Amino acid sequence: MMNAHPLLAFICDTAATAAGTGVTTILGFTSVCGGDGYAELFRRLAPEAVLVIGALLVLGFDLFAGKRAACGGRATLAALIGVAALAGAGFAAAWISPFATPSATNLGSALETCTAIAVGTRLGVYVLSGLTLLLLPGSSRLRHPAEYTAIILFATVGFSLMAAASNLLLGFLAIELASLSLYILTGFDKTRPDSAEAGLKYFLFGGTAAAFMLFGFSLLYGLTGSINMFDFAYEAATRSPPSSTPLMLVALVMVLAGFGFKVAAVPFHLWAPDAYQGAPASAAALIASASKLAGIAFFLRLLWGGLGRFAGDVSSAPPAAGWMPVVAVLALGSLLVGNLGALAQTNVRRLLAYSAIAHAGVMLLGVIAAGGAGAGPLFYYVATYGLATVGAFGVISVIERDAPCQKLADLAGLWKRSPLLALTLFAFVLSLAGVPPLAGFFGKFAVFAAVLKLNGLAGPAGWLALLAIAFSAVALYYYLAILKQALVAAPAGDAKPVSVPALPALSLVLCAALLLLLGLFPSLLLSQL
Amino acid sequence: MSLLPWTIYLTFAGALLAWLAGRRSPGAARAVALATALAGWGVALAAAAGFTPAAALVDLANCPWIPQLGIRYHLAADGISMTLVVLTGLAATAGVLFSWNIDERAGEFFALYLALIGGVYGVFLSADAFLFFVFYEIAIVPKYFLIAKWGSTNREYGAMKLVLYSFAGSALVLAGLLWAYAGGTGGGAGGFGAGAGGGGGAGFGLSQLAVAAAGAPYGHQVGMFALVFTGFAVLAGLFPFHTWAPTGHVAAPTGASMLLAGVVMKLGAYGCLRVGIGLFPAGLEFFQPVLVALALAGIIYAGLVALVQEDLKFVIGYSSVSHMGFVMLGLAIASPRAAGGAVLQMFSHGVIAGLLFAVVGRMVYERTHTRQLAALRALPLFRLLPFAAVVFVLAGLASMGMPGFSGFPAELAILVGAWRYSPLVALAAAAGVLVAAAFTLRAVQLSFFGATGGGGGAAADGAGGGDGTGGNGAGSGGCRAGGSDAGAAAHPFPPITWPEKAGALLLLAATLFVGLRPGFLFHWINTALESPLFQAALKGGAL
Repeated sequence: MMNAHPLLAFICDTAATAAGTGVTTILGFTSVCGGDGYAELFRRLAPEAVLVIGALLVLGFDLFAGKRAACGGRATLAALIGVAALAGAGFAAAWISPFATPSATNLGSALETCTAIAVGTRLGVYVLSGLTLLLLPGSSRLRHPAEYTAIILFATVGFSLMAAASNLLLGFLAIELASLSLYILTGFDKTRPDSAEAGLKYFLFGGTAAAFMLFGFSLLYGLTGSINMFDFAYEAATRSPPSSTPLMLVALVMVLAGFGFKVAAVPFHLWAPDAYQGAPASAAALIASASKLAGIAFFLRLLWGGLGRFAGDVSSAPPAAGWMPVVAVLALGSLLVGNLGALAQTNVRRLLAYSAIAHAGVMLLGVIAAGGAGAGPLFYYVATYGLATVGAFGVISVIERDAPCQKLADLAGLWKRSPLLALTLFAFVLSLAGVPPLAGFFGKFAVFAAVLKLNGLAGPAGWLALLAIAFSAVALYYYLAILKQALVAAPAGDAKPVSVPALPALSLVLCAALLLLLGLFPSLLLSQL
Repeated sequence: MSLLPWTIYLTFAGALLAWLAGRRSPGAARAVALATALAGWGVALAAAAGFTPAAALVDLANCPWIPQLGIRYHLAADGISMTLVVLTGLAATAGVLFSWNIDERAGEFFALYLALIGGVYGVFLSADAFLFFVFYEIAIVPKYFLIAKWGSTNREYGAMKLVLYSFAGSALVLAGLLWAYAGGTGGGAGGFGAGAGGGGGAGFGLSQLAVAAAGAPYGHQVGMFALVFTGFAVLAGLFPFHTWAPTGHVAAPTGASMLLAGVVMKLGAYGCLRVGIGLFPAGLEFFQPVLVALALAGIIYAGLVALVQEDLKFVIGYSSVSHMGFVMLGLAIASPRAAGGAVLQMFSHGVIAGLLFAVVGRMVYERTHTRQLAALRALPLFRLLPFAAVVFVLAGLASMGMPGFSGFPAELAILVGAWRYSPLVALAAAAGVLVAAAFTLRAVQLSFFGATGGGGGAAADGAGGGDGTGGNGAGSGGCRAGGSDAGAAAHPFPPITWPEKAGALLLLAATLFVGLRPGFLFHWINTALESPLFQAALKGGAL
């Protein structure tokens, strides 16, 4: 594991300085948390605890009960236990964790469990993971469904911690937990060599990006003497010139490299098409949905909450130095490469990967706008994008049970082979394309409105929003290419009807219904944030 | 009046029902679709009956929808919306009647068809720019599937081109509207303070946006107008953004062609008027000469292109562009008389183009399986399909703008308005009317009267040269003048069915009614144009 060494150094470094300077660190738990401290620790981490217990239950049940059941039954059992664990975690995240006694202990500053974004992201991640889990009984390729489910739950623990972490070390551990789980999930399909290839590529890119990010974190720590995000803001405010030093800029770029990898932004996107193509469909769904939502939540807190003073400015004509110009460049690249790259694809999974890159561009615009409009539009956008992607990969995973689903032409005649799949795919793809009344439309609309409200068209941010709007027309072309095969083209001669198992059908219908509901009534989500 | 929103709800509900019914049988889907279209039209007519024109938008529904962005669910109507809602009901009903022969996946066809109609109703009734845009986009996507699945010539190309043009146009509109929403503060109010909304950006209501836009710098207003107007003009078929229209119309199945030409192009023109001109009068002032020139170019260029088309449906497709040129001319001149004429022309063209496409696409093409003028002229079509011939001649007369049909008062009003703007413009537009007469007569002559036209020698428009040889190419029976009796007696084509007759009569009655009583609609339209919404833009003097 290539990250082990710097990580270790970081921890030792942190511990040493914490002792010396009295700066609060997460490692301080051990000394500060007495009897009450552990109780509070449990309350704050209750959702994650529930998830871990759930994962162990999944493995245990499979060990004892699974031997007798057929593969389909094992998958169903594992998925149901997993969903139950996620539901329990959701309950904990909504009703226990936010009401932990507010305290000035180290714990209180390391885990931010009561803000609307943290709670919302945790719940969103559970919903997306749950919908992904329900797809599992549909894919007959996976021979170890219980392990798969358990790893999805471990990944979700990582997402959940990312959603709440306000401490660099905790955040990094959460990201690594999530990433390692996702690498394994990507390579989980032992029947296909490209799954292993995808897993390896994803792992190598991810490891490098994590190393860069960790280097950035260590620079931040060196500059501010703290690994708590909110201390950065304090440090920056008290420092006499709050402007960005060159070293700070280097640190920001390093951190953004990690961020760019997490959301598949150009130029850190190269893993995405291969990973999406080779991974089991449900793993790809998880990478594109819950992982992105958690990543956005973590980095939003880091960038705005911690490093807001080093944001710079891209809303007026000569941009001011900071992380915003870098984010703007990443957004520009993602919009260009994602949309233009998708035009050339003939593989539906690669097409969805390029579409994900294009969507990452809009998400980055949302990050820029979050300073003015708050995180609401961005959260709405990422969450609804996740729903649509889970749905789209869900359709692929169901088709893949008995026929390959790689080329666009593999979708031909879906309207005849399975009207349910065709109808739900229609909703997912149109939501990705941003067609009302589906939620994808309002997400884009809200993000663009927020960006333009920063300063109209007076700066690069506004121009990027215009570009993104223009690209939404380009994007319709490749989305319609999917729908043309699924809804217009006649089925191939040897194509058989696709039967949809109950749980995946439930997942798909839920995704589509949520997209429609949130599209018609965006306030349901927006008013909570 | 307060019933009007039900046009939207009923139509969307009908779309769902038609889809479900289609799983049972095509006939059930058809019945549901017809019932839905009739119900929508009935609601529109009932509302029209109780409609007293007022110089303002009358609220139909108004409640908060997305308060975080100041978006309201706000429906309202005035005489202009009323006119177009009635047109939509009429076109929808006629379109269903002319789609009666759709058997393959009929449920899906009518579901998409009705979803499109529901979006169109919604656009005509929206008083909130966001809501307007939502309905506008809902009306775009079904077109792709209607054409790509059930269309004819080169359908996948035509469908994709049409939808991409429409979507690109709507992207421009979205950019312009968001700019108006955000830029209304006058700029400079940015920064990262949480939620610091200024005076602008209060909401997306059309009246709020108008206020916000009026507060923006002049250059910004011009830019916003350029984006929004161009975006809508794409769908209205303004030259040079019209090229989607002929290919799309030709590729579409008959019912969809009728809707495209009948109401969808009107969405664009209505958006130009209600949003483009209504919100950014300064932009109209700035671009007026350009827009007048483009509209004139469209009228004449599309007319000339129509004159040399060999495919009958392309003739109608280009004639649509030419007639929509009159609408855009009226809007660009922006005097109350010309704008009123433009709105009436929207109604008139909606009816007439629907009729022409119905004859060509359904009555003729479905029976002869050709639309090539060279092949059609070899058939004694006026004897084989006398009903179609009569309808086509009448529709042709209406399309040429003959008195007694709805095109006449509309184009006259536009020409009078144009004369006051500049006599040269009026003369050029009048030349466009002549071109329209020429291509219409040519199409009528070659398609229905080709086989017997040789004896009379009355063919005026260069069609005479080919008459003598036309019979050679005929696929079905010898049909030179002498043999046509035998051909007619054999009657190789299935007779015109009742839905076709009903649809055609409906549309003919509408164009005659408006042609004979133009004051009825003019009263609605002109009263609406007196509203404060348009006062900044329409200052060409009194009627």
